[in-house]
Amino acid sequence: MSKKGWGIVVAVIAVVALGVAYWLLMIPGPMSFAQGGTVALADYNGANPTGVPAELSHADLIKRGEYLAHAADCVACHTAQGGGQAYAGGFAFNLPGMGTIYSTNITPDKQTGIGNYTDQQFLDALHKGVRADGARLYPAMSYTSYTYMTDADALAIKAYLFSLPAVHAPARANNLSWPFNHRGLMKIWDAFYNADERFRPHPSESAEWNRGAYLAEALGHCGECHTPRNPAFAMDNRRKYAGALTAGWRAYDISSDAKSGLATWSDNDLATYLSTGHADGHGGAAGPMGEASDDSLTYLTAGDIHALVVYLRSVPPQDTDLPRAVTVPAPASYRQGVTADLDPRGEKIFAGACASCHDWTGVSPLSKYATLTGARAVNDPSATNVAQTIINGVNRKTAQGTIFMPAFGDAYSDAEIAAVSNYVTARFGAEGAHLTEKDVASLRKQVAQQ
Amino acid sequence: MSSPADTSETGALSRRTFLKVSTAAGGGLMLGFHVPAFAQDAPKPTKYVLNPNAFIAIAPDGKVAFQIPQEEMGQGVYTSLSQLLADELDVDFANVTPLPAPPVDALYGSPRSHRMSTGGSTSIRSFYTALRQVGASGRAMMVAAAAQQWKVDPATLRTENGQVIDDAHGGRKLSYGELAPRAAKLPAPQDVTLKADKDLKLIGKSVKRLDTPGKVNGKAQYGIDVRMDGLKIAALAASPVVGGKVAHVDASKLPQGVQLVQLEDIVAVVGTHYWAAKKGLDSLTIRWDDGENGKYDSARMWHEIRETSAKDGVLAKEEGDAKKALAAKDTDKLDVAYELPFLSHAPMEPQNFTVHVKDGGCEMWGGSQVQTSAVAAAAKALNTAPEKINFHNQMLGGGFGRRLDTDMVTKSVRIAEKVDGPVKVIWSREEDIRQDMYRPAYRNVMSASLDRNGKITAWTHRIAGGAVSVRMSGKPLKGGLDRGSLEGATENNYGVPNFRVEYIETPPKALNVGYWRGVAPNNNVFATESLMDELALKAGKDPVAFRLAQLDGTPRLKAVVQMVAQRSNWGGALPKRAGRGICAQFCFGTYIATVCEAEVADNGEVKIRQVHAVIDPGRVVNPDTLMAQVQGGLMFGFTAALYGDITVKDGRVQQRNFNDYRIMRMNEAPPIDVHIIASHEAPGGIGEPGCTAGPPSLVNAIAAATGIRLRKLPIDRDILAGRKIA
Amino acid sequence: MVTLQINGQSHTVDAPDDMPLLWVLRDLVGLTGTKFGCGIAQCGACTVHLDGKAVRSCMLPVGSIGNRAITTIEAIGDTPTGARVQKAWLDIEVVQCGYCQSGQIMSATALLNRTPNPDDSDIDAAMAGNICRCGTYVRIRQAIKNAAKTV
Ligand code: FES
Ligand code: FES
Repeated sequence: MSKKGWGIVVAVIAVVALGVAYWLLMIPGPMSFAQGGTVALADYNGANPTGVPAELSHADLIKRGEYLAHAADCVACHTAQGGGQAYAGGFAFNLPGMGTIYSTNITPDKQTGIGNYTDQQFLDALHKGVRADGARLYPAMSYTSYTYMTDADALAIKAYLFSLPAVHAPARANNLSWPFNHRGLMKIWDAFYNADERFRPHPSESAEWNRGAYLAEALGHCGECHTPRNPAFAMDNRRKYAGALTAGWRAYDISSDAKSGLATWSDNDLATYLSTGHADGHGGAAGPMGEASDDSLTYLTAGDIHALVVYLRSVPPQDTDLPRAVTVPAPASYRQGVTADLDPRGEKIFAGACASCHDWTGVSPLSKYATLTGARAVNDPSATNVAQTIINGVNRKTAQGTIFMPAFGDAYSDAEIAAVSNYVTARFGAEGAHLTEKDVASLRKQVAQQ
Repeated sequence: MSSPADTSETGALSRRTFLKVSTAAGGGLMLGFHVPAFAQDAPKPTKYVLNPNAFIAIAPDGKVAFQIPQEEMGQGVYTSLSQLLADELDVDFANVTPLPAPPVDALYGSPRSHRMSTGGSTSIRSFYTALRQVGASGRAMMVAAAAQQWKVDPATLRTENGQVIDDAHGGRKLSYGELAPRAAKLPAPQDVTLKADKDLKLIGKSVKRLDTPGKVNGKAQYGIDVRMDGLKIAALAASPVVGGKVAHVDASKLPQGVQLVQLEDIVAVVGTHYWAAKKGLDSLTIRWDDGENGKYDSARMWHEIRETSAKDGVLAKEEGDAKKALAAKDTDKLDVAYELPFLSHAPMEPQNFTVHVKDGGCEMWGGSQVQTSAVAAAAKALNTAPEKINFHNQMLGGGFGRRLDTDMVTKSVRIAEKVDGPVKVIWSREEDIRQDMYRPAYRNVMSASLDRNGKITAWTHRIAGGAVSVRMSGKPLKGGLDRGSLEGATENNYGVPNFRVEYIETPPKALNVGYWRGVAPNNNVFATESLMDELALKAGKDPVAFRLAQLDGTPRLKAVVQMVAQRSNWGGALPKRAGRGICAQFCFGTYIATVCEAEVADNGEVKIRQVHAVIDPGRVVNPDTLMAQVQGGLMFGFTAALYGDITVKDGRVQQRNFNDYRIMRMNEAPPIDVHIIASHEAPGGIGEPGCTAGPPSLVNAIAAATGIRLRKLPIDRDILAGRKIA
Repeated sequence: MVTLQINGQSHTVDAPDDMPLLWVLRDLVGLTGTKFGCGIAQCGACTVHLDGKAVRSCMLPVGSIGNRAITTIEAIGDTPTGARVQKAWLDIEVVQCGYCQSGQIMSATALLNRTPNPDDSDIDAAMAGNICRCGTYVRIRQAIKNAAKTV
């Protein structure tokens, strides 16, 4: 081939490479879907979208910090699974293909906690993902979201954390495979993926929208679970809130999509779900979302919940392969409804261990929390969350009382759990799943505390 | 509200109402229950005393009440023991009411042990003759009383359905009710002759059970159903680690109106109803000081058991010289080890006891398999005399050995001490499973050799396991041998010329061990019958033929094996991955052969298709009850084989409730055919043989179906699916 | 205060809304025939009828019942099917310890009211939620079939 020919090939490759690089590296910001420009918080003359709600405006710093810490759900990741000491760290993130990272102790303990952190060091951790010792944090810590938090709010949270009893709890060593065990590499990653800027209001949007945006992005970091990640493990806001698999549980599409998103939810249902972790006809939260409900969202004021609803509604629809949820109950008799070509053990186990509470119709005779009809998890043909719920059960302590389902993971085999998950999705959902015992085994691994 | 004693009835009248009724009826209650209520201090009888008054009460209207020394926990003992008494006394069974005997070893202790204890399938074996004698002597007293009244020779009189009849004088009659006052004054004859078999009317017949009518309409009262004025309810949490202590209780969220009781190793909340108590308990954050046992987990426990089982044990039985025979060169030898896990009893009625501490002692209500030990435990806890304990035993919602222990009595009394008025302490299912006295884990190290014709020439069996007797008595074993661990291993039913059994204790550190339905034979029959199948395979023989060839010395066992082979169509064609397994055993005085037919799916799931059992229990009192015990026992054993496994992490039992401690359900239950070969031999026990026959017959069936030999329980589906190597 | 319709009578009890019916029946109303076995809807010992449907009272908050008719084992014998089931149970001596049998009978009665001639798979589907630790399943199955025949 001629030099020219070669040149073209090289040029083409270069262009493609650039394109890929651009697609990979130049990701839009979490709020860039919104119309109209942004202004610095100082120049915004609408109601202040940051800080605590009016109800708490006169509360002292620690009280305000407590509200914001709840809104940012620090406790979820900074508390070890299975009843660890609150904020003392040790929560395991199992990152497929990379290894395990453990969250750290953020109680004011001077040796093992953050007792020696200066305000600036604390801000650098939250905004830049840089530790007091200068080392880089991994993005398992949601600093690419917290970076939008104002200094004042971040320091209110610090004040609250410092008001807690110091717990002596040395950090568990991470075990990451090469190259991920090189924290230094995060510098490059951060350069592309951490905007390192504070929240900028959108004057063209309503005050509620801006408050909702601040709550969802800077504090609640919804995207960390609900936004798919790109190959570089960064949130891909081109598919904002389209849903993703995180720690073995599926976070669903919370865009305004008509089929798999929130379009079918009334404002009321959405608000109820956000504040209680359950909405009749849509099922209840379990797993990580159950924790987010009980540790974070339930503490939000009605006004803030409403603001979140307004913001979520504005997120452009993201089409997914999830079917529309079936909202009609299954037949009352086990004889009707799906059963064809399913492993018979599914129905057998359901009859013994499940039907008493969930009924053959899927509408529980005992508790609205146990109704399967309409639940997104049951209408997810991957049956991910159905299987996880069967394995781990539900044990939520809510303002409405305890929501409980026993865990079956210890006494039922992977094959049995696959069979009953497939049966449940087929009988009560839009489409039966085809989980194998291998799938169940890997789901177990992804949530297991290492 | 009526008092518990009045309501402690099963559709018929209670002891107290019985006394009221009969005295009200004028004649007074003459024959019956004239016993010091609390005669624990009475000398223990060396031979069983015939004291009809202690067992039989007859009212003027002819109604008869029996005080039954053994506990009704589903095995039908109220009925079968009543059959023994009523048949000899010669009364109409429709007039009979069984009542729980008061806790008095001197009067109601077993003729064998002189203790009141319902366990080890001993009720019929111990009381068969004794209670027939009691009934017969009661009858003799009635005849003597009539003879006195009519001034005739007692020999000329006969009895029928609660009446004495004088045929010589136109068949005049006196009812037992009329005769009772006079009879009561007569001495009880000590040498009575029992009915000839041909004259028996009730013994050997499937008469209807006396306790069941109240169990189908909600009237039967179990311990947990006790109610009385001012009763409070307690929920408890005992240290999750054996030997652990309460370190700290955060009660800041405790609701109003409940009482917190904090003891060294127990936290309880007392309320007006169970829900209040449970919510109160759930509101607490309890920190435990685990102590040493907190470091134990199952892996470590099994490591210790395996290490210990490798050492020489204490000789329990020796015939010939097995070691030498096995050492001889070119012997066709097999060395194996079988392992069985810790198990929980999980009776359907969770543990509970109702206690009212007062007057320097207490009054208490509950279900116990050991009435007098329960009284002793309460007395010890209150550090007072047994006379100060007034115990009303209740119907048991399942025992299975769990209620042979008295920890639930002690805990309840200790809590009640802190409560003013009566309190019912109820174990949650989670607490019941996590605070059990577990069936010990066992490891069996075995070797056996075959001669050229495939006959067994030598057999050694070393049993390694925890000794329940040590845990219960607190005393070390005499000479290191636990006799309670040997049944089912030492009989040498197959007449092996060189036969040796050893025992070595492996004290489990982090768990308490207790007696569990089937006790030692659970382990020993599983090991023996598994090895028999492995040897048959090695000898290239059919498992049934292989056994029959070596059972000439045990003809009754040989007979049941032959019959079960026939009834189960042994050798008949089966679908692929289905097989039949046999178990032949002689334990608890009963011979039983069982064939289980099982099918194993490619993914390792096991389905029990059907089961056949043939038993020779000697004399049978109630054939239907006996069949029911075999059916239920088999299900109990299959459940253990399929699912039973208590595991430990950080010193804590991991299983909680029926979601992770699985019990077989209706849609897993196979049809079970039971056939009885009745004989005139001494009666055998029946509560347990079915249970011990289940696992070996199932595991042998699985081997026949798949060629995979499982040497560890519970059954591991991964091995059967080829995902894991045995 | 909650008012309940139990076995044809109206009872008003001082119970919090989240209190399970089981404990209201046993500890407040004094109907102890309905048993506690697991408290998590896994064993069926606590089964009662709510408008004729078998439900697990251990996880049924009284606040959610309203005036739906509650029937317990104490009154099931007053219904034709219930009486037939109880008789079938006694005829072949299903019962061992009996602790699970209140629940078994309530489930079986509901089954027969819905499906007068149940086959084995109907029985499996309706009864699998009721555990019997004594292992009386073989006889329960038979008794249900006998009860069905005696209409
Ligand atoms: S007690 Fe309600 S199902 Fe077990
Ligand atoms: S009869 Fe005892 S649990 Fe069923």
